[in-house]
Amino acid sequence: MKCLVLVEHEGGQLKDATLSAVTAASKLGEVHLLVAGEGVGGVAEAAAKIAGVGKVHVSDAAPYAHQLAENVAPLAADLMGHHDAFVAASTTTGKNVAPRVAALLDVMQISDVIGIEGEDTFIRPIYAGNAIATVRSSDSKKVLTVRGTAFEKAEREGGSGTVEAVSGPADSGLSSFVGAEIAASERPELTSAKIIVSGGRALGSSEQFHAVIDPLADKLGAAVGASRAAVDAGYAPNDYQVGQTGKIVAPEVYVAVGISGAIQHLAGMKDSKLIVAINKDEDAPIFQVADLGLVGDLFKLVPELTEKL
Amino acid sequence: MKLLVPVKRVIDYNVKPRVKADGTGVDLANVKMSMNPFDEIAVEEAIRLKEKGVATEIVAVSIGPAKAQETLRTALAMGADRAILVVSETEVEPLAVAKILAKIAEEEQPGLVILGKQAIDDDSNQTGQMLAALLGWAQGTFASKVEVDGEGASVTREVDGGLETVRLKLPAIVTTDLRLNEPRYASLPNIMKAKSKPLAQKTAADYGVDTAPRLTTLGVREPSKREAGIKVQSVDELIDRLRTVGVIG
Repeated sequence: MKCLVLVEHEGGQLKDATLSAVTAASKLGEVHLLVAGEGVGGVAEAAAKIAGVGKVHVSDAAPYAHQLAENVAPLAADLMGHHDAFVAASTTTGKNVAPRVAALLDVMQISDVIGIEGEDTFIRPIYAGNAIATVRSSDSKKVLTVRGTAFEKAEREGGSGTVEAVSGPADSGLSSFVGAEIAASERPELTSAKIIVSGGRALGSSEQFHAVIDPLADKLGAAVGASRAAVDAGYAPNDYQVGQTGKIVAPEVYVAVGISGAIQHLAGMKDSKLIVAINKDEDAPIFQVADLGLVGDLFKLVPELTEKL
Repeated sequence: MKLLVPVKRVIDYNVKPRVKADGTGVDLANVKMSMNPFDEIAVEEAIRLKEKGVATEIVAVSIGPAKAQETLRTALAMGADRAILVVSETEVEPLAVAKILAKIAEEEQPGLVILGKQAIDDDSNQTGQMLAALLGWAQGTFASKVEVDGEGASVTREVDGGLETVRLKLPAIVTTDLRLNEPRYASLPNIMKAKSKPLAQKTAADYGVDTAPRLTTLGVREPSKREAGIKVQSVDELIDRLRTVGVIG
């Protein structure tokens, strides 16, 4: 089976989400990549070095500059003439593009795959992770989005793929990129961080959120996350949100501070290897999933922890 | 401009889904059902566009069981003008839903189709993008802000790193994210009024769409449970434990 994996990149850098998608695709068969963008020669070279990668198809042209689905999907659909499966990461980019590719191919996509049982059988969460379904696809080609937390990242080095330029359809003229507000941060990215410190509604304000959470995150070299309650209350920006409606994470260590543990939040972090919870309510549901729980006032305990680390 | 707003009847947001003992699916018998929360946001956004004078008519559509009438009545009570129910007692997959919606869009000629980014039952997050592909229209997915003017729409999208704004040529598809708006509650007079608003009943066959599923569910199980760990008594003990497992040096 030949797979085509959509490479995600930003600012000339290949993103980690791609590496997990490569691992997922390698369970199905031969792995080829698609790099679409403008000025992406470096990304293509990096992509060719990923362990286990065969051909890297590169379409380096203005219409692909911001990976608009309207332009990338027809390009991918064309290449699918020679591939059996299209695999994208379950990121906002992958989720935007993959269903458009699926519809062009008349294929029913399988979203958020967390396990691959065979060429046509996949495991995916439904109902916000409250149930796990095993589904078999009868389509001759497969289109999948895969959860990064469910597949190890492929090695960035060791591969010897061949880079091949491809040209796709012209600009669709349907949409154009206007601008982006991407939060610049020195901290690791939430979805690929080894340690995450997340704050909840108990932080009480945006000022206190940053005053309590940020120093601990900095000490641990951690990414900062937040519960939906904290985001809705305006204590943290939406791209911090961990949970079913935000990002799905599975770091080595997840520190939940002042987070009660709503189902919605647990769905986004319960696959973390070690969960630490600090909360003043000893009956909070977060303690039912935490490996290490500490009951008490977060405004005393967290600064103490930060200082003693 | 006409707006088309597809809505789905799903398990209520506040109900904890239970997997059936025989592992064939989630038990929906005697469970409260409601409009998919992301679709409620879509209905609200359509009403706001009508209130601003951008839109003139809102058509709500649902593809689902006869009971999805209730969901459409909710949309009508919120402020949609008329509704179309495409009845199917068996589950219709996103691809087939998109095909039916494409046919309806060809008939109705809306300027904008606004729908939820995903339904909270199958969590597919596909229908809007598929519909855009089938119609050859622009798509603004995961929208947190929508501005329609003249020939186009500017849509601010919630992306992994923050926000992104795209300009779409109309007609276009918009899928809603949580922060786009807060849906209104229907008032009692509007709920009464909604009962007499037009609701047309159709079937997939009326649109010539084959809804045979492409996916077979082989089984549904509960997620693996995490065991609760231990409670530590102090920050010092927490640090000791973290050292023991090698998390910190």
